Amino acid sequence: MTVIPFPPARLRSPASRLLRSGLLDALAAPHGIESYLELLHPSFSPRDSRAHIAGIRHSGAGSATLTLVPNERWNGFRAGQFVRLTVEVDGVRETRCYSPACEERSGGDIEITVKAHRAGKVSRYLHEHAHPGMTVRLSDGEGDFVLAPERPARLLLISSGSGITPVMSILRTLCAERHSGAVTFLHYAPTPREVVYRQELAALAAEHRNVQIVLAYTREAVAGQLAGHISGDHLQRVARDYHDAHTYVCGAPGLIGWVRSRWAEEGIERLLRIESFRPPSFASARTSAAAGVVHFSRSDEQVCDDGRSLLEQAEHAGLRPQFGCRMGICRICTCRKTAGSVRNVLSGEISGPAEEDIQLCVSVPVENVELAL
Amino acid sequence: MATATAPQLSVQQTDELGRELDAIRKLVLADLGEQDADYIRSVIRLQRKFELAGRGLLFFGFIPPAWLGGVAALSLSKILDNMEIGHNVMHGQYDWTKDPELDGRSFEWDSACPSDHWRHSHNYIHHTYTNIVGKDRDVGYGVLRMSEHQPWRLYYLGNPLYAALLAIFFQYGVALHDLEVDRIVAGEITVGEKREQLEAVGRKVGRQTLKDYVLFPLLSGPSAPLVFAGNASANLLRNLWAFTTIFCGHFPDGTIQFTELQTSEETRGDWYYRQMLGSADVEGGKLFHILSGNLSHQIEHHLFPDLPSSRYAEIAVQVREICERHGIAYNVGGLGKQFGSVVRKIARLALPD
Repeated sequence: MTVIPFPPARLRSPASRLLRSGLLDALAAPHGIESYLELLHPSFSPRDSRAHIAGIRHSGAGSATLTLVPNERWNGFRAGQFVRLTVEVDGVRETRCYSPACEERSGGDIEITVKAHRAGKVSRYLHEHAHPGMTVRLSDGEGDFVLAPERPARLLLISSGSGITPVMSILRTLCAERHSGAVTFLHYAPTPREVVYRQELAALAAEHRNVQIVLAYTREAVAGQLAGHISGDHLQRVARDYHDAHTYVCGAPGLIGWVRSRWAEEGIERLLRIESFRPPSFASARTSAAAGVVHFSRSDEQVCDDGRSLLEQAEHAGLRPQFGCRMGICRICTCRKTAGSVRNVLSGEISGPAEEDIQLCVSVPVENVELAL
Repeated sequence: MATATAPQLSVQQTDELGRELDAIRKLVLADLGEQDADYIRSVIRLQRKFELAGRGLLFFGFIPPAWLGGVAALSLSKILDNMEIGHNVMHGQYDWTKDPELDGRSFEWDSACPSDHWRHSHNYIHHTYTNIVGKDRDVGYGVLRMSEHQPWRLYYLGNPLYAALLAIFFQYGVALHDLEVDRIVAGEITVGEKREQLEAVGRKVGRQTLKDYVLFPLLSGPSAPLVFAGNASANLLRNLWAFTTIFCGHFPDGTIQFTELQTSEETRGDWYYRQMLGSADVEGGKLFHILSGNLSHQIEHHLFPDLPSSRYAEIAVQVREICERHGIAYNVGGLGKQFGSVVRKIARLALPD
């Protein structure tokens, strides 16, 4: 199915200059010119970056790869970053973060892969309803898990499971640029069948002599490949010089935890960048028993702290705070804390008692807390 | 005629009333979804189309039918924007969609009144203290005598005149509402305390005036006076319509006003009961309900101000049944009957009791 862009390319730039001028806004006050243009085509929006779905590929392993064509308001993403994708599910706007696996770009198509989760509202919706021509909202690339503009001479990329996507983007970017520094890519999967980009990885390794690809399988022994979870032995065999490498890690909590403590022990954390794609475990992160009271001042609701994130506790109290990723990266749930200390479960950092903005989804109270919710 | 008094309900009865109404609310909340989001968006799209049609037709205002059509379309645009869209969205009726364009906290409407002021004077003050004389500033808007609880003064002889002026300039009356000009005049508060709000009103009135009375007329060149007159007419029609439907909400015969003393120790059930006694519905067809922003279901709106207005019709059936069971009068009538009694009340209260 072909999708006709609106407006035609040759009209875009003068038209959008006029659209962004003050006169039209004054005439269209108070709603803005955009709300009239949307009548013409849903993906045409001079201020809001949106994309239409140009294609969908369903893979056997329950994942769907979407090709997105962003409108001209989209400013691109850098290798390793994620984008926020917003769709409407039963009348409610839901936002989730996805890492494009393609090389970095400032415009044009991008690809994201959505894995189906039975309980995942958005992933289920996309699997069932996404179709070519459908419009979604798409943010620019975000996050500091990003390949430095000055490409490091020695790189070590480690990923597991679906954490491969941002790392794949870094690898593809380097290959597309014909980067000459040594790159080692170590990826963990249960079995070979679960490695999404296996053939392409092999092709990249064959084509680029500086790129070394190592696959490790945790549930199946494959001749000539590593077996089991990450270990010092794996590192020694794959990248003996890892203390000199800029290292990017994305994957399961176990992998990230191991790398984090190993790099900390050796005092080389400054070379390490981490992206975690699963909600942190709140139970293990708590240091003291739940005791305090959480007061939501705007709605005048109060709950006894039950140890869960403030976002979950607010929802449990019947409030509907905005949220996005629910894992501490997109900052949609950022909210004013007016009193009390909280602990960030990602960093372990305990805040001061002063008024400040906190991310509800990754904050747990350490004492009585008051939120402007 | 003496002020109607509320039939007394026992504590058990009001508690039961509260429980039953809470149950209705819960069911509707659980049922909200795509159809509700689609509904309000379709009204917004319709409003935008009326706006474009109105502005477009007035451009050809030198042809009389185009001028009339333009005024009609622009009036409908402003009415939909203020009533079914603006008023309801600003109540947070669609906050659950998490759509920034339907966000009650940031929505701005096509009216001289800054939406932030409206959220304070209407969502908070009027909806919390509904019909409590001295607290609910919608009882008379600081200029009219709308209740026997307001002591008569010589000034109130002009009640019908003030009401007519308020109807004609309603959007400006609403814009001044939260400034509490009457309290400034009475020396209870100073202009200084209201300076920021005054500036916000100035900015909003400026933007609205620039659009309707400067830019659109100028753009139409020789038709400028016709466009100016067309825009003024659309604003006037919207003002008269909004005044009419809003005054039918709390002032027809049978609605009750309260004193602060009567309402000092209210339970949730008591609050619900006061909302029922103080509000009145207007009967009409579907189109009428939409154009009134479903304020024709004023009773239901006051019980559940943050439920989407398109649900009030189905809620009304249940509320009526509850009223019958508890022996509470359910105040409903046609527009002529309800507004007629409001007009008579305005005239009657001009004179001493």
